[in-house]
Amino acid sequence: MPIDILMPALSPTMEEGNLAKWTVKEGDKVGPGDVIAEIETDKATMEVEAVEEGTIGKIVVAEGTENVKVNAVIAILLEEGESAGDINAEKSSAKSEPSDDSSAPAKDDSKAASVPAEPIAVEPASDPDIPEGTKMVPTTVRVALRDAMAEEMRASDDVFVMGEEVAEYQGAYKITQGLLDEFGPRRVVDTPITEHGFAGVGVGAAMTGLRPIVEFMTFNFAMQAIDQIINSAAKTLYMSGGQMGAPMVFRGPNGAAARVGAQHSQCYAAWYSHVPGLKVIMPYTAADAKGLLKAAIRDPNPVIFLENEVLYGQTFDVPDMDDFVLPIGKARIHKKGKDCTIVSFGIGMTYAIKAMEALSEQGIDCELIDLRTIRPMDIPTILESVKKTGRLVTVEEGFPQSSVGDFIANKVQREAFDYLDAPIISICGKDVPMPYAANLEKLALPNVDEVIDAVKAVTYAG
Amino acid sequence: MAARARKSAPKKAVDHALLGSIPAPEPAKLSKDEELKAYRDMLLIRRFEEKAGQLYGMGQIGGFCHLYIGQEAVVTGIQMNMNDGDQMITAYRDHGHMLAMGMESRGVMAELTGRSDGYSRGKGGSMHMFSREKNFYGGHGIVGAQVSLGTGLAFANKYRDNGNVSVSFCGDGAANQGQVYESFNMAALWKLPTIYVIENNRYAMGTSTKRHAAQLDFSMRGVSFGIPGIQVDGMDVRAVKSASEYALNHCRNGDGPIILEMMTYRYRGHSMSDPAKYRTKDEVQKMRSEQDPIEQVKQRIIAEKLATEDDLKVIDKEIREIVVDAAEFAQNSPEPDVSELYTDILL
Ligand SMILES: Cc1ncc(C[n+]2csc(CCOP(=O)(O)OP(=O)(O)O)c2C)c(N)n1
Ligand SMILES: [Mg+2]
Repeated sequence: MPIDILMPALSPTMEEGNLAKWTVKEGDKVGPGDVIAEIETDKATMEVEAVEEGTIGKIVVAEGTENVKVNAVIAILLEEGESAGDINAEKSSAKSEPSDDSSAPAKDDSKAASVPAEPIAVEPASDPDIPEGTKMVPTTVRVALRDAMAEEMRASDDVFVMGEEVAEYQGAYKITQGLLDEFGPRRVVDTPITEHGFAGVGVGAAMTGLRPIVEFMTFNFAMQAIDQIINSAAKTLYMSGGQMGAPMVFRGPNGAAARVGAQHSQCYAAWYSHVPGLKVIMPYTAADAKGLLKAAIRDPNPVIFLENEVLYGQTFDVPDMDDFVLPIGKARIHKKGKDCTIVSFGIGMTYAIKAMEALSEQGIDCELIDLRTIRPMDIPTILESVKKTGRLVTVEEGFPQSSVGDFIANKVQREAFDYLDAPIISICGKDVPMPYAANLEKLALPNVDEVIDAVKAVTYAG
Repeated sequence: MAARARKSAPKKAVDHALLGSIPAPEPAKLSKDEELKAYRDMLLIRRFEEKAGQLYGMGQIGGFCHLYIGQEAVVTGIQMNMNDGDQMITAYRDHGHMLAMGMESRGVMAELTGRSDGYSRGKGGSMHMFSREKNFYGGHGIVGAQVSLGTGLAFANKYRDNGNVSVSFCGDGAANQGQVYESFNMAALWKLPTIYVIENNRYAMGTSTKRHAAQLDFSMRGVSFGIPGIQVDGMDVRAVKSASEYALNHCRNGDGPIILEMMTYRYRGHSMSDPAKYRTKDEVQKMRSEQDPIEQVKQRIIAEKLATEDDLKVIDKEIREIVVDAAEFAQNSPEPDVSELYTDILL
């Protein structure tokens, strides 16, 4: 059967082109790979190669023809034993307009298929009940994090920690203290200073089913690795049609420490929360740090776990339980109140708590929500609170544009517009790289007075 | 003192292992079955790629599509020695690697057309395909990223002490990425069982190695980490086979990583939309007519009377049928259901 040679598409966007030149004539024998024509597109001149072996039976589109549509028949190739006579016999039965060849899926941009509704997030579980009489142990965030890793490493040999100074030095911030002694160098792995490389090594190991905990000395340095975190860890499950993903945790201190300047003081909560395929956790208390890190290690997805150097040494009560695990994606109501909702997370909670206490003395009763997980976000808990208070202030240390607070504000204005009695205010760090000078650094961070003023503004308390 | 001592020290023969580059072993002598298998496997890749090019021309395949035509001997020769548990990972020029690993032509082609029967159910495309079952770990679009990931596969092999080796492929252009050297360092430091295959096809898109590489001998790229390298005629499947056998043994013996630089050539443009104006037609024609990997095997089969022209025609026909079937399958497979938009994001 004579074979139609079609005007080829030569780039992802080409729709038509000029048939600049035929380099063969009717009657010529051609084989796979032989150049038969030259085609001009708006970008380049390209050669068209024969794919099958045969004889050029007929040239349908003359050279010099402009704007030839992709997939139009430009020539007809005869196979062994066929002659030009076969073309016409064939033609009558063949489609006259090859461009209406409908084996390709219809490409009708005017009516794109309607986007299916985003699946409704499964309601995250509530925090586990803490049995009556459970001892509460005052614990630093640092020790809580270490205990979480140790417990999960005892539970599964697939779990290991890697990062700079995690083993022999016992952790740059002493989060991995004692792990080398208990688990040995096979499972507590000191890496060279090579964030991009070891993040990739961690993802590769996770793709085989191991459960790496990759520690970044701080998340500032994870900028070197962000390609592996997003392009490899977050997207592989989707790109592989569910065949393989990266069950792992990337953790380390995030945000401003003190007086370390612009390159070492940045909050990445909003950055990572932008990415489908990641979960993002940023705890404030030691109990949340422990319960959520254990959950993150068990989670089959890549989890970004944002800690804070300033909080490492702070002490909170942690329930003394065999296996204290908290649900990812569930906010915690830190304090109930009726006049204004404050939503914060991580170090932001320190400002929010102080503001709430000061406001309480002035007779303004705030409800304070600690998000704990930034992605997936517990929007229902926020909405429920805002429907009660009618006012919302968010508090975080990150930069203001496209902040976590702005995302929350958008969700709330759409879902609870009629309940709002005032505009939503998001308190963020200032829109500047972190300065070094003590006075400027203080100004660049959010402060308690800003939160107080914002709450007063939205409650019209003057 | 030290300088003087060095001066008077007796001259030593060049120690290639210390230099990083060791001489390529003699090309393997292939049995009749091996020659025929090599012929078949390479021909499948070639015909598959030609068909992919054709479907691209018809608008059935979208986006970027990077063909492996000309480089078939590299993956074919390596795969001949790999064990079942060994893993493979590469970049976006990946169709040949998947076929060599035993993935189905139908599933690969259906992924190229973005259909539900593709290996990633249409959600990955030409550059992002995987098979847990066949130990193929992608299919990666970020130049160099697969080298760190492949090092991680080797890390997992060592962690589990399972005796498996990961084989990470990258291009000559990718060999300039920083994370490749970060990976070399860790793999050598931890003696990870991994082969770094650098497919030197002389170009990174339109930039020739002479214009992008300060050290043109890519087998030497591991020198500062003490990683040995072998420069291999990547157009000769026998040479690839013997070098990769050596390399796999090196890894399995616990001697750490090794580099194989495969001297190869791609006949087509970088991707479908590359007019390849940066090289002459003569250069391409010369490689095709003098070093074609499939033609070399064919000549040997005929010369050594391992099979007749007619026997080979039968193979050619079978391969054509497989490819035509794959193309039809890939065009008839339905597009993914719209509900797939939101699946496989999180487990
Ligand atoms: C990080 C990154 N930079 C740039 C690109 C665009 N790009 C895709 S392929 C390529 C050339 C790579 O050449 P080489 O590594 O020699 O592989 P080959 O295409 O020859 O197989 C470039 C620059 C990319 N995909 N990723
Ligand atoms: Mg190249």
